Amino acid sequence: MRRLHSFLIALPIGALPLAATAGEIWVTNEKDATISVIDTATLEVVRTIATGERPRGITFNSDHSRVYICASDSDAVEVMDPASGEILHELPSGEDPEQFVLAPDDKHLWIANEDDAVTTVVDVDAREVVAQINVGIEPEGMAVSADGKLVVTTSETTNMAHWIDTATMKIVANTLVDSRPRHAEFTSDGKELWVSSEIGGTVTVFDVATRSEKAKIRFALTGVRDDLIQPVGFEFTPDGTTAFIALGPANHVAVVDMKTFEVETYILVGRRVWHLAFSPDHSQLFTTNGISGDVTVVDVASREALKSIKVGRFPWGAATRP
Amino acid sequence: MPKIRVKRTMSACLLAALAGAAGPARADVTVAMTYLRQEVKAPPVLSNLDPVPEDLGIAGAELGLSDTETTGSFLGHHYGLKVVSVAPGGDLTAAARAALAASPVLFVDAPAESVLAVADLPEAKGALIVNVGSGERRLRDADCRGNLLHTIPEDAMRAEALMQVLRARRWTRTVMIVGPRPEDAAFAATLRAAAAKFGVDILAEKAWTFDTDLRRMASKEVPLFTQDLPEHDVLLVADEADDFARYVANNTWLARPIAGSDGLRGDGWAPVLEQWGAVQLQNRFESAAKREMRPRDYAAWTALRTVGEAVTRINTADPEKLRAFILSDGFALDGFKGRPLSYRRWNGQLRQPMPVVNARALVELTPLDGYLHPQNEMDTLGLDRPESACTAFGD
Repeated sequence: MRRLHSFLIALPIGALPLAATAGEIWVTNEKDATISVIDTATLEVVRTIATGERPRGITFNSDHSRVYICASDSDAVEVMDPASGEILHELPSGEDPEQFVLAPDDKHLWIANEDDAVTTVVDVDAREVVAQINVGIEPEGMAVSADGKLVVTTSETTNMAHWIDTATMKIVANTLVDSRPRHAEFTSDGKELWVSSEIGGTVTVFDVATRSEKAKIRFALTGVRDDLIQPVGFEFTPDGTTAFIALGPANHVAVVDMKTFEVETYILVGRRVWHLAFSPDHSQLFTTNGISGDVTVVDVASREALKSIKVGRFPWGAATRP
Repeated sequence: MPKIRVKRTMSACLLAALAGAAGPARADVTVAMTYLRQEVKAPPVLSNLDPVPEDLGIAGAELGLSDTETTGSFLGHHYGLKVVSVAPGGDLTAAARAALAASPVLFVDAPAESVLAVADLPEAKGALIVNVGSGERRLRDADCRGNLLHTIPEDAMRAEALMQVLRARRWTRTVMIVGPRPEDAAFAATLRAAAAKFGVDILAEKAWTFDTDLRRMASKEVPLFTQDLPEHDVLLVADEADDFARYVANNTWLARPIAGSDGLRGDGWAPVLEQWGAVQLQNRFESAAKREMRPRDYAAWTALRTVGEAVTRINTADPEKLRAFILSDGFALDGFKGRPLSYRRWNGQLRQPMPVVNARALVELTPLDGYLHPQNEMDTLGLDRPESACTAFGD
């Protein structure tokens, strides 16, 4: 009822095209130790929830009954009840957890431990570390394939994607990418792995079957020096046609055709754009802007920025709750 | 006989376990490197608070080695670093000859004339030498050498970073106190040139002549010493040995900030950097060295990382091929300062953002917005192509 009510209020203000259906975007504020919860219908912050120190990675389990938060400087992964905002317990995470992925079966959390050059695998039910895998220096990006068979960790200083077989929990391949890889995602068909390189300024697309480079996406923006174009987080539309790629201090999101790997357009957002999340119906995209301390709402169809929403200091991660 | 202390860092056997996994185009490459330091007797200074660490620079090189070995362990690339520290007055060129016979990659932390003596050795022909210690302009200018790169910023880059900030703040009325040592005079000259380049005025200068113990007397002497200076926004201090500048701040006749060798200062690195992933590098350094990372440690770290990055990308230990790649458009080093680092093709200087800091925080990372350049804004700091008399790079 509350959401319906806010929806009605939103309409009269409404220069906004077609408000999205109700849902929430959860944004971690790295330097405030909070989460800002944005209502996707009203586009307002409706709750602010305290977390451990320096929250970064954030993800929900498949039925959205739990939210996991990397509290990097508390050296813990916090498990929260999203309804109450209460931290239920912590998971052993290894030192300085930055990003993670939850396996599709919701059983294992794969955590990049940035200060420790390891990937930690935690059984979320038993609350135990199952394995620790040595990877390159400053692991950050984490991806899991849709079938749950492969996990990839990228390491920022070693400049590699480490391919891990989830059955054996061993590295099966290491592939070089450009400088300072930040984020990795498998396409939903499992055929491609995309890795962004912040300092290299590129996104590398791998063919998963051969683990070989299939394409390299480069960016060019009028009026912005190449060395400030630093791709970090990205998201794919569920139909697998379009990728939205955050370009960091270039303050833009690139829209990329996933078949041709060509950039179609660039959308101006806030300063130092980090990560992205779609509204539940995928009609809107929310970007965390680290330096400007806000979130930009982008209309996916028209590819236009609709609104900036003030959140906490240094917003970093974003996750969707229907 | 020169006293030569040798320390050998073993390539990390622990990492060998990692190498078991398949990687791209594995080819065994072994890279032998030497870090050569000419120890210089530090002048006596008033304060005992900040001694110069014995492993200054060396600790940065060792961390650069370990960062590089991790990548190498996945690729079948093996690195060895021998550290040679020559006592004050010892024979650096003899040590350099021995080093070059064993390894064609050499990092040199020594005064400018010694760096040149090493680069001009017959054994150094075709070698890859990186200057990690001398900021003197002449090594990037008429006295440049084709086999010599520089990761330590030119002194002018430090001074010009500061002047960009003063100009942007419109704090353009300055005065300067110059210390008694030759390096103070040299840095004062660099500050003067940087001030002229960025439109900052130095309205008056005074020579520092005190030989009293300022730990007791600063509050009495410095106000009088600074009383006759004309009205100014900022007081510049040229005190490269870190001797007296700390006693000038907050003891001046007028309430003005200090800049230059103390207070607000430009440098290649500082312990207060935390953005752009810098906190990770600081943490790794502090846990290994048990102290904060200083600019010379950073210069040594970037030197190691430069060689490591080149070996990683082109799979060879051939110094001439490495040099060609390092100077090419394909080279981009992550230096934890927010932009990819590369080398100036006209004099071999590492092109890098320059932090301007105080004791507690990063104030600005230069180049600042608005200082434009036809090729790369970072080239607004230091010797640019049209100004450099260097011809050894054939560019």
